[in-house]
Amino acid sequence: MSRSIKKGPFVDEFLMKRIEKLNKENKKEVIKTWSRRSTVIPDFVGHTFAVHNGKKFVPVFVTENMVGHKLGEFSPTRIFRGHKLKKNIL
Amino acid sequence: MARIIGVDLPNDKKVEIGLTHIYGIGRASARKILSITKIDSSKRIKDLTSEEIVLLRDVIRNDYNVEGDLRKDITMNMKRLREIGCYRGLRHRIGLPCRGQSTHSNARSHKGPRSSRIKK
Repeated sequence: MSRSIKKGPFVDEFLMKRIEKLNKENKKEVIKTWSRRSTVIPDFVGHTFAVHNGKKFVPVFVTENMVGHKLGEFSPTRIFRGHKLKKNIL
Repeated sequence: MARIIGVDLPNDKKVEIGLTHIYGIGRASARKILSITKIDSSKRIKDLTSEEIVLLRDVIRNDYNVEGDLRKDITMNMKRLREIGCYRGLRHRIGLPCRGQSTHSNARSHKGPRSSRIKK
């Protein structure tokens, strides 16, 4: 079930404040954040976030297409490097 | 034979089933269309009058996203997900289900046929 429209998109308060401040000053800087649960809103477009994936911060440059997704979606938490190749038994 | 939206030629089945031969129309929307157009659902496609066919065609063209347009929409959506590099896009890229299903076993619809092992 999707979120009620009445509430609007969820963005963590501290992140919101930070963005508002940056937008006011027209500055761009990498925003380090653990807030993977925050929705990308149009105000975020053009900023770069460093989203924590549990181990390190993954740089995410926000484009218009990303609006509506959560920040965490752009910072994968699992790395899969493929299975061990089986040797050919001939 | 009725020709509705380009290439679809459902045969001598009941209308409700025949309409589902159009990509983007299933049983539910077929029923809805029939109730809008007030066509008897037990009627066979071959028994449809030409007015009824025109009526069906208009309803489908105006209210439904079908066939090529729908396919295009789906691929565009997938392309968007791929390009923005989000989790769902990554899953699409490696050909695994992207809605959180288990992949330990099964998940064959998205993974496709099993790659067969080399025999001894």
